[in-house]
Amino acid sequence: MAFSDMMSYNSMKQPLQDYQAPNQLHFNPYDFNGGTILAIAGEDYALIATDTRLSQGFSIHSHDNPKTYPLSSKTVLGCCGFHGDVLTLTKVISARLQIFEKDHNKQMPTSSVAAMLSTILYYRRFFPYYTHNLVAGLDDDGKGCVYSFDPVGSYEREVFRAKGSASSMLQPLLDNQIGGKNQQGYVAQPLPLERCVTLVKDVFTSAAERDIYTGDSVQISIITKDGIKNERFPLRRD
Amino acid sequence: MALSGMFGRDGPGPLWGGGPTPGLFYNFPGSRNTSGMEAKQVTQSPVVTGSSVLGLQFKGGVIIAADMLGSYGSLARYRNCPRLLKVNDTTVIGAAGDYADFQHLSSAIEQRVIDEECMNDGFAYTPTSLHCWLTRVLYNRRCQFNPFWNTYIVAGLENDQPYLGYVDKIGMAYEAPSLACGFGAYLALPIIRDTMDKKGELTKEEAVDLIDRCMKLLYYRDARSLNKYQLAIITKDGVDLRGPIVSETNWEIAHMIKGYE
Amino acid sequence: MFRNQYDNDVTVWSPQGRIHQLEYAMEAVKQGSACVGLKSKTHAILIALKRAPSELSAHQKKIIPIDDHVGVSIAGLTADARLLCNFMRNECLNSRWSYNKPLPISRLVSMVGSKSQIPTQRYGRRPFGVGLLVAGYDALGPHIYQTCPSANYYDCKAMAIGARSQSAKTYLEKSLDVFSDCSLDELVKHGLRALRDTLPQEVDLTSKNCSIGIAAKDTKFAILDDDEVSPYLTLIEGEERSVRQAPEEPQQSMEADDQSAAAAQPEPVPADAEPVDESMDL
Repeated sequence: MAFSDMMSYNSMKQPLQDYQAPNQLHFNPYDFNGGTILAIAGEDYALIATDTRLSQGFSIHSHDNPKTYPLSSKTVLGCCGFHGDVLTLTKVISARLQIFEKDHNKQMPTSSVAAMLSTILYYRRFFPYYTHNLVAGLDDDGKGCVYSFDPVGSYEREVFRAKGSASSMLQPLLDNQIGGKNQQGYVAQPLPLERCVTLVKDVFTSAAERDIYTGDSVQISIITKDGIKNERFPLRRD
Repeated sequence: MALSGMFGRDGPGPLWGGGPTPGLFYNFPGSRNTSGMEAKQVTQSPVVTGSSVLGLQFKGGVIIAADMLGSYGSLARYRNCPRLLKVNDTTVIGAAGDYADFQHLSSAIEQRVIDEECMNDGFAYTPTSLHCWLTRVLYNRRCQFNPFWNTYIVAGLENDQPYLGYVDKIGMAYEAPSLACGFGAYLALPIIRDTMDKKGELTKEEAVDLIDRCMKLLYYRDARSLNKYQLAIITKDGVDLRGPIVSETNWEIAHMIKGYE
Repeated sequence: MFRNQYDNDVTVWSPQGRIHQLEYAMEAVKQGSACVGLKSKTHAILIALKRAPSELSAHQKKIIPIDDHVGVSIAGLTADARLLCNFMRNECLNSRWSYNKPLPISRLVSMVGSKSQIPTQRYGRRPFGVGLLVAGYDALGPHIYQTCPSANYYDCKAMAIGARSQSAKTYLEKSLDVFSDCSLDELVKHGLRALRDTLPQEVDLTSKNCSIGIAAKDTKFAILDDDEVSPYLTLIEGEERSVRQAPEEPQQSMEADDQSAAAAQPEPVPADAEPVDESMDL
């Protein structure tokens, strides 16, 4: 019905929508629950940050729902998108890790976690887990590493990557600040942890201003050879 | 000549009019289809539905409430539908959405509770374990494209700590100190969160008052709600299931509402 | 070994009302090296004696982790134990998957019981040839369970299984009352003493042939091997062993039964009608 028709006298005589045929709801197995994750690999550390908001449409479900999941003493998974899939995927991963640990008597190395995650994701190629994933940790040489995934399991090792609802705001900033893109006379040098943490706080604060699915607070997990340290930093809560 | 004389010009008529033709596949009514390709009916939309469920934590306990209306579309069809299920002395669940799905899952849960009591080994469902189980069940059904069309709120005490968990029909789950589903998420939850932020930890009486205020508000604003609700308070003394409660409402300003005739 | 006509299959009763195949399976447990399990109010521990099949090989693992809150030590056929352990690991994972909860030890053990029972009642099958000591910690506290090839299982305060375990049981029975208030160190000391009592005089516990499993609240089930065992071994070093115990375990009744059956060979038919020698040591 054209807009002009709707405003016409004829349309006024029609009964209210409610009294017409019962409206059919269609089942949609997916939803989007927001959230942004960001991981950076340093020389001897890896850092992964997440906001703690869980939302659906215009409602905020939870202010305190970080989307990073520690998998071992040197690997952390970041996982956001549809929260139902996130819950299931993280459960599958932790079960598989436990099987590995009992079978091999050691914790799974970060590179193997990434390879395993890729096959787990591809297993559902035709009914995908709607999740954006990052694996951050230390590799076998003790160097920081970040693996980024698409929802069906394609993955690569990178130095920094943002995923999730505000990823398109974070990534260009990181490209510039860490990757040295579009800077003249840039000399690549290792990024010290302190500068990395400040940068993360800044980019998340900016993202929370523009993206309604990112906010409440940011949780930063820093993975070094001594283990995982967590830090919280407040963001806007509306 | 003899043949045409017997059957007429067009040869024999059909063997069984409207019946099976030799050499083709048939499914007779009432028989099972063996091809395995049969279309299956799954829930495409809820039928009789419940609206909001509210839950909030207070000092030493949890409170959960739901009104008793079973709507059939916009028709207020059933006016005495309990939507809270006491699972055991530490756990209560509340359901919104399709009432038949809730009844089906209720009987499944009740049977599991009986089975578990029969084991008599000192273990029982806790709010976290039930919440996790519900999440798995609902997520599995979503993956079969045959969802239980409900949102559940699990309330209870675990190790004397209050617990509130949320699961919806696609297996999205989380826990929070205050929860609401349906219209309650838009109308009541902001008020609950605001009150809890301002007052800090509520007492039981404050929590009951807040719930009553919110249920009344939902009755005023949500067309699929009813002024008759149930309330469960879970503390270490067990479950106190109250209701049906009818709150006092005030429609004095109703005559001033104009323009909708 | 003696044979009689009632031990060909696990589905056949002997006229004395026994199932010989089951009893043979129980004997298999006694061939395995000894394991001791005991618990206090706060800990459940396993102490196991490891064997090396030859000078060329490493010591065979005796304590197997199942889940974060539970582990088992085995005596009998290692291969059977691995199958059972895989089953137990799966059940524990299932519980975490469905309920986000560690599986209660009592339920885990009853599942093993139900699984072990099936080959005790089916024609052509053989019972598991392994006994387990299960140590775990759940919401009801620490537990020690013993499981048998006969599909029986027992909730224990302390237990020993495997070769010459009778000596360890004797020790455990004597000091049973003190276990519940023991510290972890004390408990391990008792376990090591009990295990040492199963050894021949000329052999002693070393960090190579002994391993320790510890289940406690909010900690992962820990297995101590090699150097991690040494500090505990020094705790009991130089202590007198218990008064030299019984020569060997008294031969089990089955042996006596076999002998009498063998003596009567060939047994007159029909066997069922044959009156049983009631004087046998049952």
